[in-house]
Amino acid sequence: MALTGLDIFKITPKTNCKDCGSPTCMAFAMKVAQGAITLDKCPHLSAEVRAKLDEATAPPMKTIKIGTGEGEFTLGGETVLYRHEKTFVSKNLFAVALSDAYSDAQNDAALADVKNVDYERIGERMCVDAIFVDYVSDGARFLELVKKAKETGKTLIINCGDAAVASGALEIAGASKPVLGGADASNFAALNELAKKYGVVLGVKGKDLNELHDTVEKLEALGNKELILDVTMASIKDAFSAAVQVRRASVKDGDRVFGYPSIVNAAKLAAGDMNMQAALASLFTLKYGSVIVMERMTYSDALPLYGLRQNIFTNPQKPMKVEPGIYPINGANENSVCALTVDFALTYFVVSGELERSGVPVNFLITDAGGYSVLTAWAAGKLSASSIAKFFQEAEIEGKIKNRTLIIPGKVAVLKGEIEDKLPGWKIIPSPPEAIHLVKFLRELNA
Amino acid sequence: MAFVQKPQVYKTAINTVELGVGEKKVALGGATVSPLYSFDAPIANPPRVGIEITDLGLEGATKGMAEFYSGCKTLADIAKRASEAPGADFVCLKLEGADPGEENKSVEDCVAAAKEVCGAIDKPLVIEGCKNAQKDAQLFEKIAEALQGKNVLFLSAKEENYKTVGASVGLAYSQKVGAESACDINLAKQLNVLMTQLGVSPGSMVMNLGSAAAGYGFEYVASTMDRVKQAALGQSDAMLQMPVVTPVASEAWSVKEAIISEEDMPEWGDQEQRGIKMEIVTAAACLASGSDAVILKHPASVATVSALVAALM
Ligand code: B12
Ligand code: SF4
Repeated sequence: MALTGLDIFKITPKTNCKDCGSPTCMAFAMKVAQGAITLDKCPHLSAEVRAKLDEATAPPMKTIKIGTGEGEFTLGGETVLYRHEKTFVSKNLFAVALSDAYSDAQNDAALADVKNVDYERIGERMCVDAIFVDYVSDGARFLELVKKAKETGKTLIINCGDAAVASGALEIAGASKPVLGGADASNFAALNELAKKYGVVLGVKGKDLNELHDTVEKLEALGNKELILDVTMASIKDAFSAAVQVRRASVKDGDRVFGYPSIVNAAKLAAGDMNMQAALASLFTLKYGSVIVMERMTYSDALPLYGLRQNIFTNPQKPMKVEPGIYPINGANENSVCALTVDFALTYFVVSGELERSGVPVNFLITDAGGYSVLTAWAAGKLSASSIAKFFQEAEIEGKIKNRTLIIPGKVAVLKGEIEDKLPGWKIIPSPPEAIHLVKFLRELNA
Repeated sequence: MAFVQKPQVYKTAINTVELGVGEKKVALGGATVSPLYSFDAPIANPPRVGIEITDLGLEGATKGMAEFYSGCKTLADIAKRASEAPGADFVCLKLEGADPGEENKSVEDCVAAAKEVCGAIDKPLVIEGCKNAQKDAQLFEKIAEALQGKNVLFLSAKEENYKTVGASVGLAYSQKVGAESACDINLAKQLNVLMTQLGVSPGSMVMNLGSAAAGYGFEYVASTMDRVKQAALGQSDAMLQMPVVTPVASEAWSVKEAIISEEDMPEWGDQEQRGIKMEIVTAAACLASGSDAVILKHPASVATVSALVAALM
């Protein structure tokens, strides 16, 4: 059970020596209880007290690091079941699968996705995060795939329950800190040795939650707490059940044995069915998959899935906003037309993308709308003729821009008249409602 | 040591609401566990999947959709074909053409369209309006009257028109009403309270808690649904125990990912495939968050999403 600040305070030396960086022992205890700092900041706790407290104050789910350099990721560390309770901290990774049981064509297609799908969305790079290399029966072919996967520079998950073959794979790719998956009740000791030797995280599976629990306990007894739980199981139903129960057991029911991030192999659960894999990837993005494996990651999969992930892993306490102001696009200057929208980061991103695509120079004006979308801001009274007029004054638009044409979002076309009253001399043109139609609209306007 | 399973079964349940009549009628809701958690306890009624058609026929249909509906000449043909799509539990007729800002079809025309569709299918019917609250109220009243006894669901009653819609659809003609609010648990509750005060029985109501496509503010949809389900089950809040029906099609098929052509964005590949995946991903996320029914448009999405539900039950 979580300790209160007072519980922790009782065991501190109560000398207020400040060596921990906190002004008092009490302040220190409070911060530890909130998870803001860790116990080791106080050098004056006896080892015995430390061990006892460590156990009680450790977060319910361990934070596990995999990969190196650009491919280094943090998984787990979650403290809640629902994002509104606090926030989800470690976004899930999307991996593509390679396997010695797949055809060359299939493996090559997945590798091509790694190259092709790479773009930016609201300041975040979107690409295949990891490659899952699955060993089935052909060791030589498998090692070839590990080599190819390694060349991409991506983080690897080497899924191989055969210790001899796995050893070969780690010889090739161990330095890039892959995950070694495939440990189960039968082989965990041998795989644990390998994982230790190469200092990599071990992926553990079981035929059901009982066996998984049991194997994790045995690995912990061997001193390994760098684990990822493979909850794929034998069916979609069992995988979902396992993903939810592992998370719930650790975060809500205090079962530390399940306090690890998870991996779900959608490529296995719905082999050959990309529509179903997309559905599963969506389901497990919401419900507790830390790594989600798919056969392919084409743009049609990535666009909705990465967008969904970006939504779900935003901090609900912080709206995503951009600074109000003038954003010149396509080399706009004081003579270029103006287009206006709200300061919601998503809206800015969508509309600026279309403005850029049009090639037409535009002064993109971002008004302060509390970080809301166009209609939300309008409905909340944060985007109105008055708010726009106020923005024009504060940002000194008329002094900075000579052009007198202003394009407003089509969804608030009703504001046209009022804005004209507030901004004499300006020609107000409502755009089409959806940003996607901007390209055609701007080109015609310019013609 | 074995894993100690701690199933979380609530003492209360989501309301059960029936749609349609006869052999193919469906029940929504009834769960006593968190959405899709069938491992905690059996779920009375699996989430349902509806297929959307519009009074504008096959206007703007993608290649795959046109193929699926090939040979359909009338709205009745389209409705019948839709109702036969594998995985479709009900048909949703969206009265797009009624929008005063667009075609502004008359109430009579819309009633005729609704009757035509209803007569062509044996599965439950859902009527979706044109988003104009005033026009919707007029449409719903007349259609509810014309389709008495068919147990039709109307989407939706909103803050602006719930009185008229509730009084006609819910009270005078005993059909089912959806209460629509904008991603906010308090607004959802308030509208439900107002509707019940009007006399509409909670058992005749469903909720639309708002919808957005994946990547387009979906976090608000997810968190609103999470909170509503927790209040409904965890705190036995009777004013939030209505099943949730989420129209996904119109959101999914109107974002850039689904509408920009392959010509304009060659690296993104086949446009239809992008729309289908956007629809599937959004629908699966809605189900994970708590929708008791989703409404989709493409037959491929309908098939996949209902297969997902079947696999989870
Ligand atoms: C998420 C959401 C919220 C979130 C806020 C999220 C945010 N940061 O804005 C929350 C839950 C807080 C919220 C609250 C409210 N909401 Co709200 N919300 C939504 C929702 C589901 C998605 C909004 C979104 O993210 N859109 C995506 C962005 C990118 O869209 P956008 O800004 O409009 O930009 C697009 C276009 O406008 C265009 N565009 C934008 N700028 C420009 C500029 C130019 C030049 C051009 C060419 C194009 C262009 O490009 C973009 C892409 O095409 C919508 C419904 C929906 N599915 O759209 C309802 C919706 C906007 N909300 C609505 C309402 C009523 C409200 C509330 C007033 C409810 C209330 N009574 O409390 C409150 C207001 C806030 C408050 N009281 O403080 C209504 C508005 C109804 C109306 N027609 O006026 C909507 C439409 C829902 C509905 N159907 O009823 N909401
Ligand atoms: S270092 Fe330890 S003893 Fe010193 S103030 Fe901090 S908590 Fe107290």
